[in-house]
Amino acid sequence: MLHFYLNDHRISTAEPAGSALLDFIRYQQHLKGTKIGCREGDCGACTVLVGELDANGTIRYQSMTSCLTPLGNAHGKHIVTVEGINAAGGQLTPVQQAIVQEGGSQCGFCTVGFVMSLTGHSLSSKPATPETALAAIDGNICRCTGYKSLERATAALTGQLQERPATEALSWLAEQQFVPAYFKAMPTRLAALQAELQEPTTHATGVGGITNGSFVNGPNGFAAAARQVLGGGTDLLVQRLEQMRETPVRLVYDLAELRGISPVDERGRVTLGAATTAEQLRASEMMNQLFPRLPEYLKLVSSTPIRNMGTVAGNFINASPIGDLTIFFLALDAEVTLVGPTQDARVLPLHELYQGYKQLAKFPEEQVTAISFRAPRPGEFFHFEKVSKRTHLDIASVNSAAWLQAKDGIIQAARISAGGVGPIPLRLHRTAAFLEGREVNIETLQAANQVAQQEIHPISDARGSAEYKRLLLRQLLFAHFLQFFPERLAMQELLAAN
Amino acid sequence: MNHLDPVRHVRGESSYLDDIPVQQGTLYAAVFEAAVAHGRLRGLDLAAARTAPGVVRILTAHDVPGENQIGGIVPDEPVLAEGTVHFRGQPIALVLAHTERQAQAALHLIKADIEPLPIITDPRVAAAHNELIVPPRTFRLGDSRATWADCTHVFEGVAESGGQEHLYIETQGAYAFPTEMGGVRIVSSTQGPTAVQRHTAHVLGIGMHQVEVDVTRLGGGFGGKEDQATPWGVLAALGAFLTRRPVKLVLDRMADMRMTGKRHPYSSDFRIGLDENLKIVAYEVTFYQNAGAAADLSPAVLERTLFHCTNSYFIPNVTATAYSCRTNLPPNTAFRGFGGPQGMFVIESAIAKAAEELGVPASEIQRRNLLRENDLLPYRQPAEMCHAEQAWDTAADLYNLPRLREEVAEFNQQNTRLKKGVSVMPICFGISFTKTPMNQSRALVHIYTDGTVGVSTGAVEMGQGVNTKIAQVAAQTLGISLDRVKVESTNTTRVANTSPSAASATADLNGKATELACLALRERLLRHASTEYTLNYEGLEIRNEQVLAAGVPAETTWEKLVSSAYWRRVSLTENAHYATPDIHFDAAIEQGYPFAYHVYGTALTVVTVDCLRGTYELDAVHIAHDFGQSMNPAVDRGQIEGGAVQGIGWMTMEELIYNEEGRLLSNSLNSYKIPDLYAAPKVLDVHFLDTPGHPRAIFRSKAVGEPPLMYGIGAYFAIRDAVRAFRSGHQPTFSAPFTPEKVLLNLYSPVSARSAAAWPSVSTSIPATTSAAS
Repeated sequence: MLHFYLNDHRISTAEPAGSALLDFIRYQQHLKGTKIGCREGDCGACTVLVGELDANGTIRYQSMTSCLTPLGNAHGKHIVTVEGINAAGGQLTPVQQAIVQEGGSQCGFCTVGFVMSLTGHSLSSKPATPETALAAIDGNICRCTGYKSLERATAALTGQLQERPATEALSWLAEQQFVPAYFKAMPTRLAALQAELQEPTTHATGVGGITNGSFVNGPNGFAAAARQVLGGGTDLLVQRLEQMRETPVRLVYDLAELRGISPVDERGRVTLGAATTAEQLRASEMMNQLFPRLPEYLKLVSSTPIRNMGTVAGNFINASPIGDLTIFFLALDAEVTLVGPTQDARVLPLHELYQGYKQLAKFPEEQVTAISFRAPRPGEFFHFEKVSKRTHLDIASVNSAAWLQAKDGIIQAARISAGGVGPIPLRLHRTAAFLEGREVNIETLQAANQVAQQEIHPISDARGSAEYKRLLLRQLLFAHFLQFFPERLAMQELLAAN
Repeated sequence: MNHLDPVRHVRGESSYLDDIPVQQGTLYAAVFEAAVAHGRLRGLDLAAARTAPGVVRILTAHDVPGENQIGGIVPDEPVLAEGTVHFRGQPIALVLAHTERQAQAALHLIKADIEPLPIITDPRVAAAHNELIVPPRTFRLGDSRATWADCTHVFEGVAESGGQEHLYIETQGAYAFPTEMGGVRIVSSTQGPTAVQRHTAHVLGIGMHQVEVDVTRLGGGFGGKEDQATPWGVLAALGAFLTRRPVKLVLDRMADMRMTGKRHPYSSDFRIGLDENLKIVAYEVTFYQNAGAAADLSPAVLERTLFHCTNSYFIPNVTATAYSCRTNLPPNTAFRGFGGPQGMFVIESAIAKAAEELGVPASEIQRRNLLRENDLLPYRQPAEMCHAEQAWDTAADLYNLPRLREEVAEFNQQNTRLKKGVSVMPICFGISFTKTPMNQSRALVHIYTDGTVGVSTGAVEMGQGVNTKIAQVAAQTLGISLDRVKVESTNTTRVANTSPSAASATADLNGKATELACLALRERLLRHASTEYTLNYEGLEIRNEQVLAAGVPAETTWEKLVSSAYWRRVSLTENAHYATPDIHFDAAIEQGYPFAYHVYGTALTVVTVDCLRGTYELDAVHIAHDFGQSMNPAVDRGQIEGGAVQGIGWMTMEELIYNEEGRLLSNSLNSYKIPDLYAAPKVLDVHFLDTPGHPRAIFRSKAVGEPPLMYGIGAYFAIRDAVRAFRSGHQPTFSAPFTPEKVLLNLYSPVSARSAAAWPSVSTSIPATTSAAS
């Protein structure tokens, strides 16, 4: 059984762990405020809040698209739909009021998603600035399209949230009616639920790992019974929702040992738990120190709710030729730790994982448990580039990352990755080898591009023609170097020379 | 004043089709569709699907009791394919099962034996094969052919604009219930309840009186649910009629994108002639409309392309010909602007071409040729109460166009990677259904004995705020508080023979009918008051729910007056009919006075293009718009902002891609991109021009639905300007949308020569990928 809170109510359900939270909300619980728009995490009409008890005993609420949230990932948590924030007597919350006031709702079908995203933003411990408020709704699409009025609504809200105290924020939020009063009791209730779920007696009644929709093992234990690993759901529930419903799944999103980012170790390496989310990368102070432009890069990667859900290992294993995180970590020469059913572990360079389109050098029963990479040292260069039809919340036409060591304008070591230009996420080994030992100048880059063009095999598809992708890869390759060596390269000459 | 619905929207309490509590015994329907774009349907193997778990019945064309036909303008569209399939996604069979999952699962067990036939996806190829939906049409003013010799400058070219997926966030659907008299009741997500009713009756072989259609609201329509909600309503009704059980049919997103038509792509040839003063003296244009496999609304869309082929300009000699070309794509349909934007894109391209060749800013030509009072449009209706120059000059002045240009030039001087571009986009859009008989409406107004009011009209609320406006009309006309007025669902048993909510005319038509009904009720009540309270009828009025006699409060209020009228057996119900006066059009000579009035405006657009990456941002869109006397500035502003952003989407990132087999490649939200928050212009100003409005507009508040979409065309030309700032002298082909791909290729082409020389062509084939988390 799965146990969680849905709004003000305790839920116990035997529905399959791999089914979509959205369907449970709408068709089992008949809460119709949460809408179905696309079922692929691209519109945000089904956005809900998922509250998780943290070590301090407070609940951290994150927005997620319920269409892709495996029901099993609700276990032990507080799920909030619009019905769970509506005030009694028809009064509007400040979020709802701001949207009404500014005319931010036309047909209304996307509106609840915006309300939930902004309510999540209000509940967040992040500072409320115009930028963070807009980022909170970056996964919500309004076709009507009221973005400017929604922007005005977020501006009004940002003003109100300036008053939010740093401590006891929840009391203030309840007082201001951002959320109903029952939210104040939720940390205690969730703690009690968690304690209950730890009790052996509950285990006996079947809390935990899952086969065919019913638990046979603890959710935080290793459920070896299920071969199908299911993390944040952002790929598997798009591609194989029916199969996820009908097969046993091994939930990994909440496994503590698979989460987190270790500090740089004595070998200079950083290790990430496989279930670390893109948002956790973005929020990590250490990662931001290592990659000062990380927020910019990750702003180009899907949207806030999807970043809250999608895991790094999930992005690797999905094996999309244009996985953004894959491309990012390929240039860092990351390694993955694979663990088999008998707990035997092996370490594989990420670039060796990909053998062909969606073909992995991995046994089906092997699971990625960790990802490690050598932290860039001072003086080394790293940069990530992505171009897509729509700049945000889109899949790349071509993406690329580059890591470089150089001294006095001579390239000493290079790693370049490229997505969208072949059947797998590519490391451009020959291009990198060509660059090593050469001086950074226009001729070198022109020639490097010629090498790169031989290494890639783009096809024409919905993300662009092969011809475009070739040109774009050249541009992104140049973009890395213009970024690294502005004093040595001028864009005009670089491109004119071609 | 705010839109009334949003209070419910923000609480998630507004009910849409899929939110209706499901009745016991409901069957779920799933559509089996053609997997080839053209072919002979030789056989259908349903055996395995029939015995699949939960399957109750599978319907095919053979099960249609009436006529298997839902074509609105031309009877060329069966509800379920028979004999031949004409596009990928064409419905062939309907599976009815106990659950949605079972119905979907059974689809995979059906096998269709289809003998492939040649596929046409290109409208020019279709025209060459004489595959035309209707005979071509030509609008003529003056004599363009005789004028070419006198022109100082003549330029010609080709302009292409792509289609556009509606992407209403609520997908298509219907829920049908058998009724005891042997008919059906359909809850439909449609802009045209009467179309659903009429075609259902036809397909079921029963009278229209046996078919009730009810619509509460839509989660977006944009034209996509004007005609194309009909198949799903009819299919659900067919299932309910034959099984005597409720049937629910809701398309999932990808099915919706595959099966339904979109905005028409156009390919057009233009020729433009100017005199030495840059006055446009002649314009010839030939439009090839990609209609898809059936007529749907294409002939009407085609007509509006011709109506708007000269946009906001006066051109004395015009010859405009349009071909509606039959291809093997889903039938293309209405989309906000209805062919108008496609026509305007071509004249703007022609002007841009002339300007680029002559080395003058396009705005020099645009401004000089704007419509003036009583100038004739190509269909011979004069521009009356014309605000074209006022809109342009106000925008140019208020947002300081000369200064904008200087700033852009200066920026471009100082920057290599980033280049800015600027454009001016004037619009002139005619309001009315161009099929004159459709410009009629009815309103049924009940005053209840407690003084509350219920209004029923043919208007469908889909976010445009029409219910709010109708409530305003009722409240203001009756002199009562808005709280007393409820606008009912749109229902064919209360208001019959309605026109769809389309053509920007919904608030005008239904608002005027509501006004007429309320005026009649008001007069009746005041007559009653004059008798009952012995007051002079002249000078009686109701204001703020108080009856005033010559301005002085009388001894009765709204509530008392209503109550006493009831007891005196005075009717508290009124049904009014409105038909737009003065309009007419004769298609035999392609002349007339088709529009109640025109809406004007001008948008200035500034963009920044990243010339390294080919990406761009919209810095600002400054609009001066002719609202007339806006009766609801909040709602109207939302329409202008929303329409502009939708138009920007059409011109920039929204790229429909069909392959040569007629298969849609941009088939989901991850491969078809519409504007997100960050894609909207950073600044979007809307200035309300000081214009008097038009007496044929409700309360002189002009229609706002479609006109703003065409401001988006400015985005194309601003990007073009920026591309040319980076690569001076280059003339990109006129091809919208201007995707980042086209930008980059245009910045660094000659595409063909360079790519062939520098890069080997590669033909590796990998399947397309899908992923939410990229």
